[in-house]
Amino acid sequence: MVAETKTERESTRSTFQNVWLARLGPFIGLFLVIAVFALLTESPARYLSPFNLRIVLAQTVTVALGAIGMTMIIVSGGIDLSVGSSIALSGVVTALMLRAGYPPIVSVVTGMFVGGLVGFVNGTVITRLRVVPFIATLGMLGIARGAAKWIAGQQTVNVPQTWVNELAVTFPTPSWLLLAPGVWIALLLSIMTAVILRNTIFGRHVFALGSNEAAALACGIPVRRLKVWIYSLAGLYFGLAGVTQMSRLRQGDPTVAVGAELDVIAAVVIGGGTLSGGEGSILGSMIGALIMAFLRNGCQQMGWPNYIQEIIIGGIIVIAVAIDRFRHSRSQT
Amino acid sequence: MTVLALSDIARRFGPTIALDGVNLELRRGEVHALIGENGAGKSTLMNILAGSLQPDRGTMSVKGQAYSPTSPVDARERGIALIHQELSLVPHLTVMENILMGLEPARWGWLNREAARRKSLAVLENFHHPDIRLDRRVADLSIAARQVVEICRALAAQADIILMDEPTSSLQRDDVTHLFALIRRLRSNGISIIYISHFLEEVREIADRYTVLRDGQSVSTGALASVTNSELIVQMVGRPVDNLFPTRVRSPADRVLLRVRDLSAPPHLQHASFDLRAGEILGVAGLMGSGRTEMVRAIFGLDPAQSGTFQVRGKAFKAHGSSPPLQLSQGLGYLSEDRKGEGIALSLSIADNTTMTRFSSCSRWGWLDRSAQRKQTEARMRQLGVKARNPLQPARALSGGNQQKIVLARLLHQDANVLLLDEPTRGIDIGSKAQIYEVIARCAAEQKGVLMVSSYLPELFGMCDRIAVMSRGRLTPARTVAEWTPEMVMLAAIGGEETPGTAVDLGRQLRV
Repeated sequence: MVAETKTERESTRSTFQNVWLARLGPFIGLFLVIAVFALLTESPARYLSPFNLRIVLAQTVTVALGAIGMTMIIVSGGIDLSVGSSIALSGVVTALMLRAGYPPIVSVVTGMFVGGLVGFVNGTVITRLRVVPFIATLGMLGIARGAAKWIAGQQTVNVPQTWVNELAVTFPTPSWLLLAPGVWIALLLSIMTAVILRNTIFGRHVFALGSNEAAALACGIPVRRLKVWIYSLAGLYFGLAGVTQMSRLRQGDPTVAVGAELDVIAAVVIGGGTLSGGEGSILGSMIGALIMAFLRNGCQQMGWPNYIQEIIIGGIIVIAVAIDRFRHSRSQT
Repeated sequence: MTVLALSDIARRFGPTIALDGVNLELRRGEVHALIGENGAGKSTLMNILAGSLQPDRGTMSVKGQAYSPTSPVDARERGIALIHQELSLVPHLTVMENILMGLEPARWGWLNREAARRKSLAVLENFHHPDIRLDRRVADLSIAARQVVEICRALAAQADIILMDEPTSSLQRDDVTHLFALIRRLRSNGISIIYISHFLEEVREIADRYTVLRDGQSVSTGALASVTNSELIVQMVGRPVDNLFPTRVRSPADRVLLRVRDLSAPPHLQHASFDLRAGEILGVAGLMGSGRTEMVRAIFGLDPAQSGTFQVRGKAFKAHGSSPPLQLSQGLGYLSEDRKGEGIALSLSIADNTTMTRFSSCSRWGWLDRSAQRKQTEARMRQLGVKARNPLQPARALSGGNQQKIVLARLLHQDANVLLLDEPTRGIDIGSKAQIYEVIARCAAEQKGVLMVSSYLPELFGMCDRIAVMSRGRLTPARTVAEWTPEMVMLAAIGGEETPGTAVDLGRQLRV
């Protein structure tokens, strides 16, 4: 009996360490990335300047918004490969609406809902036709991309000058905003979604679904409906990401964001999400998105070619997940 | 001659002690039965012998030489092969490829097809099984044929010690007869076999000597001819059963909480009717695969029912319209026999796991009040004696017994009026068992209804007011415990059609 309580205590202590390792891990990673580039670069002052910070944040908006939605999906045990196409499609739709003279707010909301609709279709195919998420969204990757090219007539769609174009600029007007409006929106939405995942019944159901679907079913959670909701809500975020992408380019481009889903998934995974579900956090995913943005920016500052960035980011993803696995194998003994 | 000797083998997994001092001696050309209840440590011992697990203490020797395998490859090199409960064949490859897996005759990496054919035919020849041709995919074979392939693989690796872990659990009677003939042939060729089973009659038919494992220790060993079944049972169960079960006043009310009529959910469940009254613990005995679990799942709406009706608190409805949300709202609670698969979400906190079915107790407008959730969970944890640091720990960090208490805590938190418990104490330590019995008895005392499915007869006799037996998908009428003896329950479980020819069958099915 004494021995049992002792081992019980030991295992709780190691869980405690693990929890902190999981929470702090992405922060340490971000700190390391920034520190390494600050040391490498000839002008650390420039790399660490508020000016550069603004650039990095403005660049991160699209991936960060996508990562919020993807976190919900991955925590629930799913995956969505159609993010890049969904971004392109909603960007094109927003641009077409603006060009046709609809008010900006109507165009933006419509763009978001196009993303939501794509997610709704994904969720419905997954739950009603019982196609696994990987395949269902792989199909959608092609369908949404094709639809974007179709409605855009295989061309980029130029948009008139409206406030939509200012969403993700590096220097916002009015200047007291300091950061691009898109950054503030992403920050606000990430806090909101984090609170929802943590503090609402919906959020706990998302975690329960990803952790053990059979148990969730046995606990009376309406699993199918929940999945459709998750993919649809995440789709709204992808739609908004499409709007910010269009805003940065100042045109709707149906060929944009090819492979963006991999950046988004990488952000979530670096931030502690596991593809088997049940784990992940919005905060972690945001840090993950920042790690990649700082890496890209650092490589650019160093004048390194694009392929070096790709190699480094690839390596970071594997290392992040390897650390995560190590943590798991320790907590399971 | 002793080919394999184990001395004082021990192994623990975190807080649970799986093995604690096992001695065993296997002679050349004998079939040695390893018997024990579920959770006695048999499978752990086999995994240690096969090199998949390492013991924490103790020594092993093979043919007089020290044996301490660090991987299954080591075990194979020393001539030891394990035939798993769930077969470990590769279904997409052919019979030949499976037999020779890891031993493919090759030159510079190129498979020598002719030698491969010869080699696999040589072992397959022993068995004369019509279905097995070398180029057939294993996925297309019956379970029995696959088992033959698995044994062939052991022989191709020149194993002379074969470990069989419940090899008959998925076989039909004819196949069992074949398997036994095969085992006898292996034995006459000087191969030694450790045969794991809890079917005593089956063990008597095939084995020469036995070792009984109980709570991770070897408690007795000897020749089967010199011991009776009841002596074996005493050795298997031999624990202080007296104070394990709480004393309870068995006086259920007349009020029926759950009435089930003519429920069927083919293919496993043919027919079940019963009444569960307030304050009653109704036991359901039966063999694994008899339809017990399917009955509970159909009631709770997890599996579709074909026909039948329920009446909950006087309200009647059709069985095929049942669903978990509906039944939860009617006050039914369900505890799955498969804790890790369906019972508990390992990566979620204890608090989330406990309150999952009734978040409404600690939320408003869809928002959780986390401190209320925490307080409510702490109260449940105290009530059930859960050993954990705090309610925010992930369920994964707990021992099996404590995880099971969390699942039960969920039913209490849900305030279920009817508890459907499928194997509530499977695979957990005795201390936790006693606490869980205590809680179940308290639920009955609070005029709740408890349906308890169990393979463990002492548990049913120790806890229940009435017992019904599931046999081949049909539930017998429930009778009071006083009207049953364990022997009668077993006879009912196997259908009661006793003819001389079914002796093997009967023996196989007796799960003691």
